[in-house]
Amino acid sequence: MEYAVRVEVTLRHGIADPEGATIERALPALGFAGVHSVRTGKTFALVVEADSEAGAREVAGSLATRLLSNPVIEDAAVSVVGVA
Amino acid sequence: MSRVGVVVFPGSNCEHDVVQALGALGGRAELVWHSETDLSGFDAVVLPGGFAHGDYLRPGALARFSPVMNAVAAFAEAGGPVLGICNGFQVLTEAGLLPGALQKNRGLTFLCEPTTLVVTSTRSVLTRTATLGAELVVPINHFSGSYVCDDATYLALVERDQVVLRYRDNPNGSRGDIAGIANEAGNVVGLMPHPERAFNALLGSADGRVLLEGFLASADDVAATRVDLVAAP
Repeated sequence: MEYAVRVEVTLRHGIADPEGATIERALPALGFAGVHSVRTGKTFALVVEADSEAGAREVAGSLATRLLSNPVIEDAAVSVVGVA
Repeated sequence: MSRVGVVVFPGSNCEHDVVQALGALGGRAELVWHSETDLSGFDAVVLPGGFAHGDYLRPGALARFSPVMNAVAAFAEAGGPVLGICNGFQVLTEAGLLPGALQKNRGLTFLCEPTTLVVTSTRSVLTRTATLGAELVVPINHFSGSYVCDDATYLALVERDQVVLRYRDNPNGSRGDIAGIANEAGNVVGLMPHPERAFNALLGSADGRVLLEGFLASADDVAATRVDLVAAP
């Protein structure tokens, strides 16, 4: 089976996010009031061949920890979004 | 004479500067392509600046999986002097050979300017001949040079005397003004500034000399051991 998987990589709590801060500073000038706590991240879309959804999740989880994210500063969340 | 291997990843761009600088200071440095898996003929290894593998994903994230990195890890484990400059520092943190990580600069600005560094430890292969507390003018040239680590890691770095260079005026938001760190043994060092761009007054500063000379002395020590081993009956 082929599973469509998404991996979302975000900066860990407490790690400065200069991109998020810059976006947040631009919001008032664009007329967006009441928006704060902007954090940036990356999303990866993958297709994983596996026998089961759990298997696909495991492969993607390992890939997310070893390559797609740097665990020192980032968290990675894996979700299986469907069958490819 | 000792041999220094300067690793070239696809996208490295400071390797020739390092070879020239070490050569001008009396060392012998050679380029090593990243597919190399054997570093046994070298007495020291440098990971130079640039954009290894295009800096895709994160700086150093893909370079960490280059074939040469297993050899670099083994070389470091055996006590060999390893120096990561700029992108090389990022590769060493991604590879887990140095703690922490390099995050985008505070202010999201690419910084290319001279900085004043303070020598905060001489217990490393890079700073061994420098003077504690001395100020060195060495340029930086980076976008992701802001050193980050958790509290426990920072305390351990300070306690074990692993912070070797700090910025006098923090340019990028690095935690604790950190410009360069060593591993616990002192044989693996990473720094964001470029000492190879400050080895001659014609370049604007010769303050990087004392660092590169310290590194070459470390390589010579390894070479001397090698000669002893060969000479043993």
